[in-house]
Amino acid sequence: MGMTITQKILAGAANKEKMVPGELVDANIDVVMCHDVTTPSAVSMLLEKGIDRVFDAEKIVVTPDHFQPGKDVKSAELHKRLDKWAKRHKIKHYYKIGKAGVCHALLPEQGHIRPGQVIVGGDSHTCTYGAFAAFSTGIGSTDLAAAIATGKLWFKVPESIKLVLHGSLGPGVYSKDVILAVIARIGTDGALYKAMEFVGSALAEMSMEARMTMTNMAIEAGAKNGIIGFDETTEKYLDEHLTDGQDYTVYESDSDAEYVATEEFDCSKIEPIVAFPHLPSGGVPITECAGKEMDQAYIGSCTNGRIEDLRVAARILKGRKASVRTIIVPATPMIWKQAKDEGLFDAFYDADCVIAAPTCGACLGGFMGVLAEGEKCVSTTNRNFVGRMGHPKSEVYLASPATAAASAVEGKLTDPRKYL
Amino acid sequence: MTKAHVYKRDHVNTDEIIPARYLTTDDEAELAKHCMEDLDAEFVSKVKPGDVIVAGEDFGCGSSREHAVWAIRGAKIQTVIAKSFARIFYRNAINCGFYLVESADAVDKIRDGDELEIDFRAGAIKDKTTGADITFGALPDFALEIINDGGLLEHIKKSL
Ligand code: SF4
Repeated sequence: MGMTITQKILAGAANKEKMVPGELVDANIDVVMCHDVTTPSAVSMLLEKGIDRVFDAEKIVVTPDHFQPGKDVKSAELHKRLDKWAKRHKIKHYYKIGKAGVCHALLPEQGHIRPGQVIVGGDSHTCTYGAFAAFSTGIGSTDLAAAIATGKLWFKVPESIKLVLHGSLGPGVYSKDVILAVIARIGTDGALYKAMEFVGSALAEMSMEARMTMTNMAIEAGAKNGIIGFDETTEKYLDEHLTDGQDYTVYESDSDAEYVATEEFDCSKIEPIVAFPHLPSGGVPITECAGKEMDQAYIGSCTNGRIEDLRVAARILKGRKASVRTIIVPATPMIWKQAKDEGLFDAFYDADCVIAAPTCGACLGGFMGVLAEGEKCVSTTNRNFVGRMGHPKSEVYLASPATAAASAVEGKLTDPRKYL
Repeated sequence: MTKAHVYKRDHVNTDEIIPARYLTTDDEAELAKHCMEDLDAEFVSKVKPGDVIVAGEDFGCGSSREHAVWAIRGAKIQTVIAKSFARIFYRNAINCGFYLVESADAVDKIRDGDELEIDFRAGAIKDKTTGADITFGALPDFALEIINDGGLLEHIKKSL
């Protein structure tokens, strides 16, 4: 019996030849991602136990992003704790304000992610980096503390589900629509504890940005990790973003690897889709829900705050006016600058949108776009749980940047294809 | 006395257990004041030390915030009994030295307000209100070892 790419990476990280699902491994970690919400707690825990050490100051990447710049005194305290620790341990890749951005957009962009790695982060959407043929998963503060101190963590080798994406996406349909369709079919626990491995012809046509939108939401189906194999698109992205000249290992699934389930999707049949509150699995094709009134549109986050996303949104908003509050949040400073240089800000400005600094902000109901009681927001983020973006009685509708932009123009859920 | 607070729902998520608006602190007592707030605003005033939460599938889904475990532990909840747990929540609980009970049978049998007696090592629950005896699969050995050591950090400290 062959192995899946996930098994192979974990086997490599534990210096073993073979690895079967269910096996417990002590894996060496290549990258530990740290941000402002979960890391200060991890650091305090370590200090409490008298373990004031980091396993490798070059393998830890720190970026305050959730409440960045500090939104109140308490979050400022979190940043202060993070800053003190990062400086004390001379963390090499510490992105301070001005260079800090939404973690899952920042790390690949800055060349910290490479194939074959084992990556963990104190954030559930750390599964995003699986788009680079890496094993990447989210952990809590105690695990994070252990990873920071030892560079090792225990894992149970997951079973894998294969998601075959056939065909090509139609105009106005994006990878966000695909992942929402996948989750609508398999459910929010459809991949619980498992690896979601994406394959198929539709992937070949997707950019790394688009792929990251899909692996980002693997956790929304309960998965341990999402993963996409290496190809020319991956290689090209890495050539442009890796700066240290170090090599990487490319693993791929064996043809006789075992999958506990296989789900096939004809991407040419997928329509723009909106996930209704309060679960990411609540996807409804736009043709069945257009017209529902919104109070806000939010375009940003680790799911869809990348340059391609902003380009799509700007194309639709250009020369038009947003008829509801519309908040644009470029995910990193580099994306912010790129959007400015490309003139996208002009389109947003003319359309009466607010352009924010890179932050998680309102994605988690933090700040800069929090919803009042009863308000509805069409959002390019990844979660629409009760109270996610503000008041417990507010509602979040998850959609692609195109659908969010078109809906911003009309003030109600709108099929983006009429604006193409 | 251990009383059951039953939420017959699947996918109770971390935003309901501890809303993001309270994530600017990691103080357990502070978090405990808002435990389960967006699911049941009365929760904190209802529970007594040693009580348990009972829920359906996929409890703790959503974010990786360990604050969810801390809020529950801070509210002096003894354990959560669910049909299944979201992966990161499950891991966080073990790492914090907090017991979980995964049992569909228990969730089906226990009613809101029932008085329970739980033996984690034996994997047994006695429902003193109904008289039902329920068994459940105890946590795997390595997890029990971590819990016994007082959590993951004490556990790794032994080998540092
Ligand atoms: S953008 Fe939203 S989902 Fe992504 S890391 Fe930030 S809070 Fe989490």
